[in-house]
Amino acid sequence: MLELKNLSFGVEGNDIIRDLTLTVPDGRFVVITGPNGGGKSTLAKLIAGIEKPLSGQIILNGTDITDYSITERAKSGIAFAFQQPVRFKGLNVFDLLRIAAGKKLSVSEACQYLSEVGLCAKDYIDREVNASLSGGELKRIEIATVLARNASVCVFDEPEAGIDLWSFRNLTRIFENMRKNEEGRTIIIISHQERILNIADEIVVLADGKVKEQGPKDEIYPKLAGSELAEEPCGRLA
Amino acid sequence: MVQMDEIQRRLIREVADLHKVPEGAYNFRANGELAGRQSTKNIEITGKEDKSGIDIRIKDGTKNESVHIPVVLSESGHKETVYNDFYVGEDCDVLIVAGCGIDNCGSQDSEHDGIHRFFIGKNSKVKYVEKHYGSGDGSGKRILNPVTEVYMEENSAMEMEMVQIKGVDSTKRETLAELKAGARMVVQERLMTHGVQEAYSIYDVRLNGDGSSADVVSRSVARDKSYQKLDLCVLGNAVCSGHTECDSIIMDEGRILAVPSLEANNVDAMLVHEAAIGKIAGEQLNKLMTLGLTEQEAEEQIINGFLK
Ligand SMILES: Nc1ncnc2c1ncn2[C@@H]1O[C@H](COP(=O)(O)OP(=O)(O)O)[C@@H](O)[C@H]1O
Ligand SMILES: [Mg+2]
Repeated sequence: MLELKNLSFGVEGNDIIRDLTLTVPDGRFVVITGPNGGGKSTLAKLIAGIEKPLSGQIILNGTDITDYSITERAKSGIAFAFQQPVRFKGLNVFDLLRIAAGKKLSVSEACQYLSEVGLCAKDYIDREVNASLSGGELKRIEIATVLARNASVCVFDEPEAGIDLWSFRNLTRIFENMRKNEEGRTIIIISHQERILNIADEIVVLADGKVKEQGPKDEIYPKLAGSELAEEPCGRLA
Repeated sequence: MVQMDEIQRRLIREVADLHKVPEGAYNFRANGELAGRQSTKNIEITGKEDKSGIDIRIKDGTKNESVHIPVVLSESGHKETVYNDFYVGEDCDVLIVAGCGIDNCGSQDSEHDGIHRFFIGKNSKVKYVEKHYGSGDGSGKRILNPVTEVYMEENSAMEMEMVQIKGVDSTKRETLAELKAGARMVVQERLMTHGVQEAYSIYDVRLNGDGSSADVVSRSVARDKSYQKLDLCVLGNAVCSGHTECDSIIMDEGRILAVPSLEANNVDAMLVHEAAIGKIAGEQLNKLMTLGLTEQEAEEQIINGFLK
């Protein structure tokens, strides 16, 4: 269980997260949505340890991890797919997957992660994770690194960004498979995407650094449908 | 017939990836003495009469053959200047592996200044790999000052890999090249300095013939209190294309001066330079730490990848 208790965060006097409290039980699939600038990415970074809260606590399975470093959080089972994946000159896709797996990784295992995100493994495994990759390719590799971590809490920040229409179904399938493969795995996805909201157990609406709404999908989703928070893929292209 | 002690063998492994006597032509030099030489049917190695060094003559049409000419210094205080000339015939395709390893456990400076000249015949392809490496914890410095001159005939190609990532206290490397029509040069330099090491790297590449091209890429890392000056110059004197890139990471109190320059003397010369110096991006460290690495491990992975 992941508990966020009275979390606050701000930069230079601007409050970004305000006294936020949220509990995510094991095995839950939660989608966090809300307007741009509402603090979603900041919340994800607080969970991953990339930002430190000004006040409040983060508790994972009963252990207070508020003061844990990024590395310690990763080792306690938190994985995080960045909204904007990072590029590395000189590291190739296999290097990243190997680091993510934290053990000797065979080429065929690495290939499985890549196939799962719809990339032809043999074309990508040796590719440098640099500017030669497109935004969509980077996003998929980012998701593959989280798959390779095999973590108990997986946070994805707008995984759909840059992913073409054809692969939406595949994207939702990835998350469904992740659940199937490990019952107790908690999945937190930040998304505006209708099809992703649709497969959630629970939806959280975050605005102004606070939880505006929270509840089962069937309860929250109808309130969002048609609003700009739940975008259909075609709406994005228009 | 190659005679060397264990330290010398270790140096050879570092600079030439050699675990045993290589196939093909070779010349091993240890503390200024010849430690082994072999010519082949197509590649002839002879000692110079008037000064220290060798001539390597490669016959026209020699393909898929290699020459290894590693140099090791394990005697503190040994200083030498060596002249090696490579005459590569026409229509060849060869690999040349050079490199120098210095182990200095003593208090006197050890220095190897290698002056290499390449004369590359028409349509020939050369791959040149040069590694420099230093070890030993004596107070004597390990100094390497290589000069490389490359003269390329029409439609020849030269690919150079120059690596110096450990243990050399002071280095000044100069690379000069002149390219005739259709010649193509690709340089990949990798440099890392530690402690109070100093490294100067100077390139002067002249694109003299129509259709010639050069791509000179230097990646470097300056750690601790080390200093680097990178001076990459490409001159376009014809219808040609040139690209240079200096990409550097500074750490600790390292300092780097990058002085790129381009000179176009022909309206159809296309020259591009890119240069960037900066510390390791925080988000790169963050990303690798979210994958479970410590900050230090993340740094190592980033540097290793960068210099790969
Ligand atoms: N490091 C930062 N410094 C200053 N402002 C920031 C920083 N990080 C986020 N913000 C601001 O905080 C707000 C929330 O940002 P973010 O968490 O990225 O929102 P979302 O992901 O919901 O779009 C925005 O107004 C953003 O400009
Ligand atoms: Mg965001």
